[in-house]
Amino acid sequence: MSPIKPTGGFIPRDRNWQPDALTPPYKTSIKRSPQAALLSFPTTLSEETSPVFGHNILGELDNDLILNYAKPGESAIGPRIIVHGRVLDENGRGVPNALVEFWQANAGGRYRHKKEAYQAALDPNFGGCGRTITAEDGSYEFRTIQPGPYPWPNGMNDWRPAHIHFSVFGHGFAQRLITQMYFEGDPHIKLCPIVGVLKSQEAVDALTALLDMNRTVPMDSRAYKFDMVLRGRRQTYFENRKEGL
Amino acid sequence: MTQRLDYLKESPSQTAGPYVHIGCTPNFTGIEIYGGDLGTSMKTGPVKGEEITIKGVVYDGTGTPLRDAMVEIWQPDAAGLFASANETRGQADPNFTGWGRSPGDMNTGEFTFETVKPGAVPFPDGRMQAPHITVWIVARGINLGLHTRIYFADEADANAADPILTRIEHQNRIPTLLAEKSADGSYRFDIHLQGPKETIFFDI
Repeated sequence: MSPIKPTGGFIPRDRNWQPDALTPPYKTSIKRSPQAALLSFPTTLSEETSPVFGHNILGELDNDLILNYAKPGESAIGPRIIVHGRVLDENGRGVPNALVEFWQANAGGRYRHKKEAYQAALDPNFGGCGRTITAEDGSYEFRTIQPGPYPWPNGMNDWRPAHIHFSVFGHGFAQRLITQMYFEGDPHIKLCPIVGVLKSQEAVDALTALLDMNRTVPMDSRAYKFDMVLRGRRQTYFENRKEGL
Repeated sequence: MTQRLDYLKESPSQTAGPYVHIGCTPNFTGIEIYGGDLGTSMKTGPVKGEEITIKGVVYDGTGTPLRDAMVEIWQPDAAGLFASANETRGQADPNFTGWGRSPGDMNTGEFTFETVKPGAVPFPDGRMQAPHITVWIVARGINLGLHTRIYFADEADANAADPILTRIEHQNRIPTLLAEKSADGSYRFDIHLQGPKETIFFDI
């Protein structure tokens, strides 16, 4: 008997766990949320396949936001941190060769973007983006500065907790995911309307990275650990896809 | 106490926010890095099949174009083969990536993909699906990326037999999934997040 491989369709997305489209306290969602029922059907090859990103696309500093936009000999200002973790699927398997892209504000809470209006200063040595590809066990890491919280136009006085945005590309287009990482202990987490779209404390915890003293570099950088989970595939040994739907 | 199933929960999604372009298309925002943005070109050389252009705009419920969205498309080559590690049916066109990513035009929000007309791909039960392109949309205000598909209005016979299109309850909404040829020869595929023309989005 050959080993059972997870080559079936993707496990349906848990819509009771993922945030709803319409979340009025996050005002922008009101006019950007579909209102008709979504059309549900099993994944097909179109969703079970995905482009391949080779490690050869990566430059040496792509996963080092302290240096990847800095002038030679200079570096970004702010608390130096390492963010590391694994990309896993719902079956607990590491996802190798996943493209992980990340972006964030600088240490003062300012993004490098022409539409950004916050008065905090730009850091000339900080671009705010990086990327990497997971190793065979699904692990990844990058170095950056800890971003600052910042105000945003929603309520009269809403502030985002410090966060890093993540975009993850697994092995199937159905796994495509964008999310945000928060930092343990940030008092803005429980006040934020965007965090508030999450349906449970368990979901908030799943996006909150813990300080990881074991991975700090003494006298250099602290570390935070952040695992991400993508949808998994069903085990198909006993499944007859010709008849099953 | 019973045993536990020990599956992990998918990471909860959060909005891509107003600055998704910094992370995914940094060169578009003026952050020159990586030697260019991923997904800008879907062709790495001469491609097989009919070369087409697809243009569209993502509109909110008031009819206002989104200018902070990111749209990604994924499709097979002209023969219906994917340039994917999971493709087991054959070798896809080596000059076609099948994947495109667009931040939209800075002023109008219009996205453009230079691609090829996709070949047909089977449904899990073996029936053929009509030619289509998978689409994923993220933006500020969208809590969980939206999936939809581009089908082609000029594939009427294939569309009429498509296993997914035929099971849509409200058949009068199918035109929201159809790209139509424009006067300039390109295909038009606008996406409406809500309202009377709301696009059919997929739970897939």
